[in-house]
Amino acid sequence: MNMELSRRQFLAGSGAGLAGTTIAALGFGDVESAHAVSIRPFKLAQTKEARSTCPYCAVSCGMVIFSAQSKSAPGKMEIVHIEGDADHPVNRGTLCPKGSAALDYIRSETRVKYPMYRKPGANKFERVSWDFAMERIAKLMKDDRDQNFIEKNNDGTTVNRWTTMAFLSGSSCTNETGWLTWKVARGLGLLQLENQARI
Amino acid sequence: MTNSWTDIKNADVVWIMGGNAAEAHPCGFKWVTEAKAERGAKLMVVDPRFTRSAAVADHYSPIRPGTDIAFLSGVVNYLLSNDKIHKEYVRNYTNAAYIVKEGYAFNEGLFSGYNEANRSYDRSSWEYEIGPDGFAVRDLTLENPRSVYQLMKQHFSVYTPETVERITGSPKDKFLKVADWVASTATGDRAMTIMYALGWTQHSHGAQNIRTAAMIQLLCGNIGVPGGGINALRGHSNVQGITDIGTLTASLPGYLAMPTDSEPTLESHLGKRTFKPLQANQTSYWQNYRKFYVSFLKGMYGEKATKENEFGYNWLPKLDVAYDCLRMFETMYQGKTNGLICQGFNPLMSIAHTKKSIAGLSKLKFLVSIDPIETDTARFWENHGEYNDVDPAKIQTEVFMLPCASFAEEEGSLTNSSRCVSWKWAAAEPYHESWRDADFLADLFLRIRKLYEKDGGKGIEPLMAVDWSYKDPLHPHAEEVLKELNGKALVDLKDGEGKVTRAAGQQLASFAEMRDDGSTDGVQWIYTGVFGPNGNLAQRRDNSDPSGMNVYGSWGFAWPANRRILYNRASADPDGKPWSEAKKYVFWDGAKWTGADIPDYVPTLPPSRGAGPFIMNPEGVSRLFARGMMAEGPFPVHYEPFEAPVANPLFPKIKGNPVARVFKGDMEVFGTAKEFPIVATTYRLVEHFHYWTKGVHANAVIQPEFFVEISEELAREKGITRGGWVRVWSNRGAVKGKAVVTKRLKPLKIDGKTVHTVGMPLNYGFIGEAKKASPINTLTPPVGDANSQTPEFKAFLVDIEPISGPVA
Ligand code: SF4
Repeated sequence: MNMELSRRQFLAGSGAGLAGTTIAALGFGDVESAHAVSIRPFKLAQTKEARSTCPYCAVSCGMVIFSAQSKSAPGKMEIVHIEGDADHPVNRGTLCPKGSAALDYIRSETRVKYPMYRKPGANKFERVSWDFAMERIAKLMKDDRDQNFIEKNNDGTTVNRWTTMAFLSGSSCTNETGWLTWKVARGLGLLQLENQARI
Repeated sequence: MTNSWTDIKNADVVWIMGGNAAEAHPCGFKWVTEAKAERGAKLMVVDPRFTRSAAVADHYSPIRPGTDIAFLSGVVNYLLSNDKIHKEYVRNYTNAAYIVKEGYAFNEGLFSGYNEANRSYDRSSWEYEIGPDGFAVRDLTLENPRSVYQLMKQHFSVYTPETVERITGSPKDKFLKVADWVASTATGDRAMTIMYALGWTQHSHGAQNIRTAAMIQLLCGNIGVPGGGINALRGHSNVQGITDIGTLTASLPGYLAMPTDSEPTLESHLGKRTFKPLQANQTSYWQNYRKFYVSFLKGMYGEKATKENEFGYNWLPKLDVAYDCLRMFETMYQGKTNGLICQGFNPLMSIAHTKKSIAGLSKLKFLVSIDPIETDTARFWENHGEYNDVDPAKIQTEVFMLPCASFAEEEGSLTNSSRCVSWKWAAAEPYHESWRDADFLADLFLRIRKLYEKDGGKGIEPLMAVDWSYKDPLHPHAEEVLKELNGKALVDLKDGEGKVTRAAGQQLASFAEMRDDGSTDGVQWIYTGVFGPNGNLAQRRDNSDPSGMNVYGSWGFAWPANRRILYNRASADPDGKPWSEAKKYVFWDGAKWTGADIPDYVPTLPPSRGAGPFIMNPEGVSRLFARGMMAEGPFPVHYEPFEAPVANPLFPKIKGNPVARVFKGDMEVFGTAKEFPIVATTYRLVEHFHYWTKGVHANAVIQPEFFVEISEELAREKGITRGGWVRVWSNRGAVKGKAVVTKRLKPLKIDGKTVHTVGMPLNYGFIGEAKKASPINTLTPPVGDANSQTPEFKAFLVDIEPISGPVA
């Protein structure tokens, strides 16, 4: 049996799914299937597998991310393991020291856990609700936009710009986030819009 | 990349310069190893440091930081003066045969049209002679003294191997070996790939570094062929995609342009961009600009965009000036910016001249950071001793630090540096209280709109005009958004005979279907096809390679039109026959173009029509002579970095790049070689990604702290011991760290003088799990490339001294 080929065909068009089903689809006979299951029963039987991409450099290595029911937060999935995607034509299963440690990034102590707010002149952050943060940001932005939005320049040309507000757009975000960022920023009239392409 | 990661396997020579793929792009570097192991490819590395890429190279040459153009121009001169070029390729596929009009000149390091007062050029003399038929004049014998070919020979003749050595410090024999290996690929049956990254871009003449490399590739016939190309390895995982989308001050999605004040109407914007062919029968694909622009506007404003209101053109903000990130921080520094949102961005670490950045951030009324991990920027107001010595009480900025889902907690598409758009699936719900970026943007936008609906205010019309008709407006779904990027038919599209070719509401299969009358939408024309009538092709995961040439055409979707190698028609000769069996890729089979890839050409246009392979250019050929496209001139020139250890050996009166922008007050922050005799450069470590993984435990453990890499010679000269503490300072500030004394750096002889280089990793700061350090950009100068404004991080001046370390 050409295991490589059948695995590839099965995976074509299927990025996420229960890993357990992968085994059945590989076309093993019963004996082989039982044998295969016995080799890696835990990861394959109890985890969900999602195809993802390394967040770091632009090789954009394919990753397989395994998640399982969280023990600390019942009902939630928790990421338990990451490995290189062997089917990905560029990285073929490999990950470098950065990508191999990506699990530590997901569960990093330095992750921002809640919205945090720092008052003018304060020397610490305080925890706030999302609603407080978003309402306050929207208000600050509207006030500034009302003060500084320019509808027409000195020649009377319609220019619809707001030059006192800036947005730095992240280059690790998805294309879809990128487009929503563009739309929101330009919709508000921003010209100060940049990403990491220059730096 | 013009080519792709996997295509590197087809190379016969691999040249890494201005990058260090073995450490910065390890899993992509694997394809270099494959090319070496499987086809005996030769790897050469030119770098100031003997990097890990150099360690596995077949040939290594050192170079002084910031002198790449002199080195590369030396190679151009070698190819031209020894006639080691791919003549037929050069004659037919470049503008070598084009005649440059009278008035163009180059004297004393400057081109015709220089205006010293405003540090810029009138570029009108950098043009072709136009014949009575309206087309550019050519001399296919290449003998006319004003042909690009002859002008080039003359222009580059000063870059002899001796001059190259004098400027760059690369020993003549090492330089000549590089030139010789390059020349070995100018044959049509061998190919060389050039791989570069920020080591070429982060200079005040970065764009010209890359252009010079591209010229070498054109002279050798290495563009459009398997194993060739000019390949930017790039930084962030989706920096290609985000650049394609165009979240850059002057950009629209798909490399269209933002309107400016001098373009009050849609027609005035489009009229400047007609891209009429400069030669008979050329494709000049940008002629379709207006179709892409109108389809974009239809996507942005939906039904509100009508013919009567110029499809909403005037709702777009118009540019008064380009606010690249250096100008952004300058504007902030001047107190003219009140709010800043950082989305997965840590500018305090990544912008030049940290002191100025801190002062700028402190003038903001509010700062919003949305990031999965804590950034130094979000805590810029916090005192971290010598690493961030600020007084919080004096900083009045309101700061919001918002938790964002990590890469693994959301789905969507990414575009790697091979231009391949592929999908990722979410592995879990967002951790903690984090939100997805999309949800943050939707919430913010709709909240602001609601405030305007309730209270009124300025600029309501353009704000309300934006189409936001997502199924769940607060949570736009990634597939919905990708469809929007792709575009669809808004009415039944018909061909000339009235037959419906695309029914209303259907997704478009190709940007060739886009129209300029408002009957199609699609905000990102180059991606059209990714989510066409056959569904989401970014999700394709078929890794078959039918041609056996490492072309994975059914994996994801490479823009444009799923092409894996750009300009691939150039892999065949003018008659459409492959240049060689070894490099057979896309060719004419008598009825159509066919081969291992989607032709980057009209598929049924016969070779006899004579349309060139560079279909985006109105000439149909590539440009050895850049016309007016580059700020500093149509040919590259060696200019020193703004901080250089010697005066420009060729043009001693010229300091730095004569057209690079320097803000008022910034000229004074440059240091001189007298005070700061040592060249400094920055680099990345294999264990860290930018300023990000210092907040990740495993990475912080394996590479815990900042250091300064110096040569044994410099250590001896300064009395610095291995592992001893040093202070490094420039005219802008100082950093401290342990000295790593290596053989990887060597002093070089430059114009008769011994010059030392120190190297420093940039990955450290004052927030995270790694040991605290002062930001590396405390040292770097606030000047950028004249075309892209990429800061000059790779070559500046410092001094160094041993100090006693901190008391433990
Ligand atoms: S695993 Fe390493 S090489 Fe691959 S994308 Fe991540 S950082 Fe780049």
